[in-house]
Amino acid sequence: MLVQALGQAMALGMHIPDGFLSAPVALLWWVLTVAALAVAVQRVQGFDERRVPLMGVMAAFIFAAQMLNFPVLGGTSGHLLGGALAALLLGPWAGMLVMACVIALQALLFQDGGLLALGANIFNMGVATALVGHGVGMPLIRAAGGKPQREARRRSAVEVGMPLIRAAGGKPWGLIAAGFVAAWLSVMVAAFLTSLQLALSGLAPAVVFPAMLFVHAFIGIGEGLITVAALAFVATTRPDLVPALADSVDANALGRAMSRGAMLTVTLIGLAIAVGLTLISPLASVHPDGLERVAEDHGFIERARDPLYNLLPDYTIPGLDGPLSTILSGVIGLLIVFALAYGIMLLIRGRREPGPKTPG
Amino acid sequence: MALTSSLDPYVDRDSPVHALDARVKLLLTLALVLALALIPAGRWSAMIAIAALLWWAVLRSAVGPGLILRRAFIAAPFALAALTLVVTRPGAPLLRLPLGPLTLTVTDAGLVAFASVILKTWLSVQAALLLMATSRFTEVLGALRSLGLPAVLVAMLGFAYRYLFVLVDEAERLLRARDSRAAALPGRRAGGPIAWRAGVLEGMVGTLFVRAYERSERIHAAMLSRSYTGEFRSFPPRSLTTSEQGLLIAGAALLAAIVWLAYWR
Repeated sequence: MLVQALGQAMALGMHIPDGFLSAPVALLWWVLTVAALAVAVQRVQGFDERRVPLMGVMAAFIFAAQMLNFPVLGGTSGHLLGGALAALLLGPWAGMLVMACVIALQALLFQDGGLLALGANIFNMGVATALVGHGVGMPLIRAAGGKPQREARRRSAVEVGMPLIRAAGGKPWGLIAAGFVAAWLSVMVAAFLTSLQLALSGLAPAVVFPAMLFVHAFIGIGEGLITVAALAFVATTRPDLVPALADSVDANALGRAMSRGAMLTVTLIGLAIAVGLTLISPLASVHPDGLERVAEDHGFIERARDPLYNLLPDYTIPGLDGPLSTILSGVIGLLIVFALAYGIMLLIRGRREPGPKTPG
Repeated sequence: MALTSSLDPYVDRDSPVHALDARVKLLLTLALVLALALIPAGRWSAMIAIAALLWWAVLRSAVGPGLILRRAFIAAPFALAALTLVVTRPGAPLLRLPLGPLTLTVTDAGLVAFASVILKTWLSVQAALLLMATSRFTEVLGALRSLGLPAVLVAMLGFAYRYLFVLVDEAERLLRARDSRAAALPGRRAGGPIAWRAGVLEGMVGTLFVRAYERSERIHAAMLSRSYTGEFRSFPPRSLTTSEQGLLIAGAALLAAIVWLAYWR
């Protein structure tokens, strides 16, 4: 029961309600969101008019796809957030508008996220995820798809994945890695921005950052796997629907990329990143950040120190201290075991079910 | 899923709040939420004044205070995050809770900050609920359009709202198909191992995408056959009446006065 409630809280963790953000923070992100959406609207209007009904229906699709969940551990469930997927399927600007619609509808119709906080929510889950998803994902996918670069020239200025291209160039696992990394990073960036806004609004950074990043490092793995598989499904069944993908990926390369070895490698790398982050996040909270440095300089850190670090919030590993490090290492050990088990299951599944996937 | 708790049954009722122009309601709701965000923590009288304004409007709408108050707890899970304020905000210690090797110190400033955040969140959600329970979604879209939201976004929101429930039905059919092919025995979870479950979900997301895409193609064809040119036409919005303008100005002035008093005191 408790785990279920916590799982729900994590899923809701990204939609900031009103009351949490201070007015300057909320208004600042409204300005950023309006600017980004204005650019997106301008870019999208250049396309043919068919894209308006398409993008509206796609917003409904992302909304409905978030309903599809699968039970994970202890009553929690994994489901899709969709920002990276939308950006990879529709391009960054259309993807951004689609996600903005999804988040606005969630706020208006279901009070999932606040109205004043809507600017921040759209920026975190729509603008940032679309830019990261496309900016990191597309160059990687192009590199992995094996088509010459000049064929896919229409790169926009926001794509920042050039170093990653060289890293992944031409490898069979490149496509999976690209989609996975893009989706995982998009979730982490959204979680980071959410934490930043909450911390700027007065919540303790030492609690918010580790808690959000830790939880979403794992949510991101589910996001990455679903994004990759949905991309592969669409690219193999209806490649004509996604010209952006068809330009840079040919079906043969895709079929090769979906091999079980590639799946296993990517999952293991993803978990390694997640566990690495787990190791880093308590360390990061031990070293005072800017805000705490100021507090220290002004002498009221003594009063704050105890409550800041002697704390066991509901779903986080708190700042590291003496006996806690033992617990922490135990948790990390558990995670590694879980990672291995998960990878092996994927391996077995790959052996049992060759060929294209069929809908459930 | 939250979709079962739609506000649709309430938008057809008859009350002064329902009759009010959606633009006025939208602007007043945004002003109220902004005012709440601007009030510093611990200024209880200002928050109570805003709550009084809000509840006066709730009582004049035919929605029923019970529904609004109950539904406003939807943001409750997020209160977990605010709970950390109680033990992290520096202030005079009130209570020490020994918890194994740890000690949690509850401070007065922390409690005030926590209570303020919870109260603000609760009231903000109520304001949004009142807006959506007393206005049709198309009216809200019209209000957004006349307040300057680009036509493309308004059209997208309209399409998304129109097909949201269609695609949710589609998703529910996919879920039902999965459940009927992966029966759960008492005491055993349905389906195979976690990788199997994830694999099925991947196929479901891909299928849903292809179906949604094909649906949008059919919609577009239907629109073309009804002489769609890529442009959305609507009646120009009527101008607000004097009494509506008066209400808007009075409400905004009242909220501004409350915020000003909260700072000045």
